[in-house]
Amino acid sequence: MMSLLILFFPLIASLLVFAAGNKLASKLALLFAVIELGITFYAYTIYRHSGAESFYVFKEWIANPKISFHLGLDGLSLLMVMLTNFLLPLIILSAFNRNIENAKAYFGLILLMQFALVGVFMAMDGLLYYIFWELALIPIYFIALRWGGPNRVPVTLKFFIYTLAGSLLMLFGFIMLYHYNPEHSFNITELYNNTICSCNQSWLFWMFFLAFAIKIPIVPFHTWQADTYKEAPTQGTMLLSGIMLKMGTYSLIRWLLPIVPAGVAEWGPLAITLCVIGIVYASVIAIMQKDLKKLFAYSSLAHVGLIAAGIFALNIQGLQGSVVQMVAHGVNVVGLFFCADIIFNRTRSLQVDGLGGIRNVAPKFNTLFMIIVLGSVALPLTNGFIGEFLLLFGVYEYNTWLSVFAGLTIILGAVYMLRMFQKIMLGNTTESTSVFADLMWNEKIVLGVIAIVIFVMGIYPKPIFNLVAPTLQLILDKAIIK
Amino acid sequence: MNTLIYTSCLGLFCMVAEILNLRKILVPAIVIGLAAIFLVNYHDWNHGAQFYNNMVRIDNYSVAFSGLAIVLAILIFILSADFYKNEEKHISDYLAILVFVLCGALIMFSFWNMAMLFLGIEILSISLYIMAGSKRFDLRSNEAGFKYFLMGSFASCFLLFGIALIYGATGSFHLDTIANYVSAGNTSPLFYVGMMMILMAMLFKVAAVPFHFWSPDVYEGSPALVTALMSTLVKIAAFGAFYRLFYICFIGSLDYVNVVLSVVTASTIVLGNLIALNQINFKRLLAYSGISHAGYLLLGLISMKSGTANAIFFYSSGYAIATIGVFAISILVFQAMKNENIDAFNGLGKKNPFLAAALSMLMLSLAGIPPFVGFLGKYYIFSEAIKNGHITLTIIAVITSIIGVYYYFKVILAMYTKEGNDTEVPINTTYLGVIVFCLLMSLALGIFPGALMNLI
Repeated sequence: MMSLLILFFPLIASLLVFAAGNKLASKLALLFAVIELGITFYAYTIYRHSGAESFYVFKEWIANPKISFHLGLDGLSLLMVMLTNFLLPLIILSAFNRNIENAKAYFGLILLMQFALVGVFMAMDGLLYYIFWELALIPIYFIALRWGGPNRVPVTLKFFIYTLAGSLLMLFGFIMLYHYNPEHSFNITELYNNTICSCNQSWLFWMFFLAFAIKIPIVPFHTWQADTYKEAPTQGTMLLSGIMLKMGTYSLIRWLLPIVPAGVAEWGPLAITLCVIGIVYASVIAIMQKDLKKLFAYSSLAHVGLIAAGIFALNIQGLQGSVVQMVAHGVNVVGLFFCADIIFNRTRSLQVDGLGGIRNVAPKFNTLFMIIVLGSVALPLTNGFIGEFLLLFGVYEYNTWLSVFAGLTIILGAVYMLRMFQKIMLGNTTESTSVFADLMWNEKIVLGVIAIVIFVMGIYPKPIFNLVAPTLQLILDKAIIK
Repeated sequence: MNTLIYTSCLGLFCMVAEILNLRKILVPAIVIGLAAIFLVNYHDWNHGAQFYNNMVRIDNYSVAFSGLAIVLAILIFILSADFYKNEEKHISDYLAILVFVLCGALIMFSFWNMAMLFLGIEILSISLYIMAGSKRFDLRSNEAGFKYFLMGSFASCFLLFGIALIYGATGSFHLDTIANYVSAGNTSPLFYVGMMMILMAMLFKVAAVPFHFWSPDVYEGSPALVTALMSTLVKIAAFGAFYRLFYICFIGSLDYVNVVLSVVTASTIVLGNLIALNQINFKRLLAYSGISHAGYLLLGLISMKSGTANAIFFYSSGYAIATIGVFAISILVFQAMKNENIDAFNGLGKKNPFLAAALSMLMLSLAGIPPFVGFLGKYYIFSEAIKNGHITLTIIAVITSIIGVYYYFKVILAMYTKEGNDTEVPINTTYLGVIVFCLLMSLALGIFPGALMNLI
C-alpha cells in the first residue's frame, strides 16, 4: 500500500495541478511535494522498523509476454526516492517569485516528472522500469521545449533523440534477456540469477551501457548535455542534473552490474577508462567556460564521471562512495544552478567576465553560495568530501594510475569553482551587479536548506551508509564472478 | 456470416435512403446499425462456423478483426456527418460506398476460399477507387482516383493470375486443400510462381516497398476522411487477409519466400521512415508513416511461425486508433486553415491547447513511446520477431523507429514553437468525441493491454 501511495501520489498531484488555475498552481504543487516528502520520511521510519518487505508489491500485469507490476523499496531505491522527493519541493520553491507563463502546465509537468522518476527507482520488473525510464523523458522534453531559452528547439530535439536512441537499445537488450531467461520473465530476481553465456553478455553489456552512458552522461556520449542544461529553464536543469542523471548511475548499479557480470568483467576496464578520461576532459573544459550554466554543466559531467568510475571499480568503497556522491551531487548541483538562476534573474547575464563584487551588495547570497561551492569542491566536513574520498579510494583499490588521474577532479574542480567564485562574487561591483538585490524569502529557504544538508551529510553520513550497505553488498556479490 | 449480411443490408439501406429522403438521419442510423452489427459480430465469438461449402469460415481471428474494423468504421462515420455537410446531394452515395468498403473488409477477414479473397479485395478496392476520386472538381482527387484505379487493378491482375496458377497446381481454391498440398511436400514451379504473384499483390495492397509508390499520391489527393479510411481500415483489412492467407496456406513454404519477405520488410521500414523525414504535406507524411508501420507489421507477419496473429492484431489496433484520432484533429485544422501542410499546425499550442496536447499524445503513441499503446505494440512485435530469430531485422526496426520519432516530433515542434496566424480552429462535439475516445483508448490500451493482447 505504502509503495503505491509513494508512487501514485505525484501522479494524482500532477493531474490536480493541471486542473487548477495558474495562480494557485505553484502553491498547490509545493503543498503536494511537501506532503510527498512527508510520506517518504514516514516510509523511511517504516523501513527502519520492519525492513523492505512491507514495500513489496507484485501484481500480474500482462500475461503474455509476462510483465508484472512489481515494486520494491530496498535501501538503494529508498535513498534515491528520498533524494527525489527531497529535491522536488526545493525545485518547486525555487520557481516562486519568477514569472512563469502557463504555470499550471509547468508545475503539472514537474510533478509528472516526479512520478516517472520515483517509478524508475521503485520498479523491480525490467519492462516496468523501462516504461518509467521513457516516461521521464516526455515531461522534461516539454518543459525544456516550452519554457526554455532561445535556442531550445534543436537542442531539446537532439537531447530527446539521443537519449531515446540509447533507450531503444536498452529495450532490445531487455527483450533479449527475456528470451535468454528460461523463466521468460522480466522479474529482477530472475534476471539476477540468469545464466547467460559470456559471449552473449559481452554485447548485452553494450545495449545497457550505452543507454546509461548517454543518460549519465559519460564521455564521449555527453554532447547533448551542456547545451540542454543551458537552454532548459532553471527548474528543468535542476531536474535533469539533480535527479535524472542519477537514473543513469542508479541503473548501472541496479540493472547492469548484477545482470551481465561477465560483460562487466570484460568491458569494465574500458568503461572505467572512459569515465576517467571524461573526468579530466570535462574539468579542463570547465576551466575554459565563460558561461556560468555551461561551467556548472561541465563540472557536473566531471563529478558524474567519477561516480561512474567508482561503480565500475567493483568494490564496496567505490559503490558506497558512488551512492553517497549521487545524493551529495544531486543536492549541490541543484544549489549551484539555483545560484546561477539568481544571478541571471538580477543581472540578465551569465557571463563570468561581466560580473563581480556581488559579495559587497548581497552578503547573505554570498555566504550560502560559498557553502555550496565548497561542498562541490569537496572540502572536508562537507558532503562532497565523503563521497569523493570514498570514490577515489575505490578507484585506487582498482588501479593506482587511474586514481591519480581521477584525483585531478578535486584539484581542477577547486581551480574552476573558486576562480569562478572569485570573479563573480569578489572584487568591485560592475554596472550590472551594483544594484544586486539580496535573497528573497523563497531563495533563502532553498539555499539555506541545501547549505544545512551539505554540512549535516558531511559531518554525519552514517545513516546513508546504514541504509544502502546491505543492498550494495548483495549487488556486489552478484557482480563479481568468482 | 450474419455480420456480413447485415452490413450489406445496411449498405443497401443507404442507397434506398436517397429515395426515401432520409439524408438527415442517415449518419446516426448507420452508426446505430453498425453498433448493432458489432454486437452481432460479438455473438460469433467462440462460435466458429463455416458457410457456403466452406467458402467462408468464421473463427475468432475473423471475429476479432471484424470487430476492430467495425469500430473503426463507426469512428469514420461519426466524422463523416460533419465532413460531408456541404455535400447534401451525394451524401447517401458516399456513405453507401463506405459501408461497402467495410463489407469487403469483412470478407477479407473470413474467407476460406481464394475466390472469396478475390471478391473481398475487389469489393473493397472498387469502392475505394470511387471514394479516392470523389472530389469531382479537384484535380488532385481525380489524379488520386485514377492512379489508384490503374495500379490497383494491375495488382488485382497479379492476384488473379496467382490464384489461377495455384489452382493449376493444386486443383482447388480451398485454403485447406492448398495447405495440405504444401504440407505434403509437393513442389511445382507453377505453385511457387503463383505464390509469388499473390505475395506481390498483397504487398501492393499493404503498400510495402517497392510496391508503395501509389500510396503517398493517393493519400495526398483523396479527401482527408477517405485517407483516414485508407490508412486505417483498409490497411488492416489488407493485413488481416495477408496474414490469414499465408498462415493457413503457405506457412509450410514460408522458408521459400523468407529472403524476399525479409528484404521487403527491411526496405519498407527503412525507406518509409527515411522518406517521411522530408515531407511537407501532412497527408504525405502520414502516408509514409503508414508505410513504415506496414513494415513493422510485416516484421510480425514474417515471424508467423510462432503464431503472431495476436501481435499483429494488437499493433494494428493501436496504430489505427491513434491514426483516426490524428486524422480527426488534422481535418479540423485543415478546414480552418485551408492548408494541408505541416505548417498548418503552427502555433496550435497557443490557439487551442487541447487539440495540440491531444495530437502530441497521439503522435507519441505512433512513435512508440510509453505509456501509450504504440510502445507495447512495437515491443510485442519486436519480441515475437526475436523469438523467431529475426535479430538483424529487429535491430534495423529499432534504429529506424528513432528516425520515426524525428518526423512525428516535427509536428509537435510546429505546434509549440512556431508562430502561426490567428485563425481560430473550432471544435465541434462529434469530432471532440472521436478525439477523446481515441486518446483514452491509446492510453488505456497502453496501461491495460490485457484485454486485446492475447485475444485470438
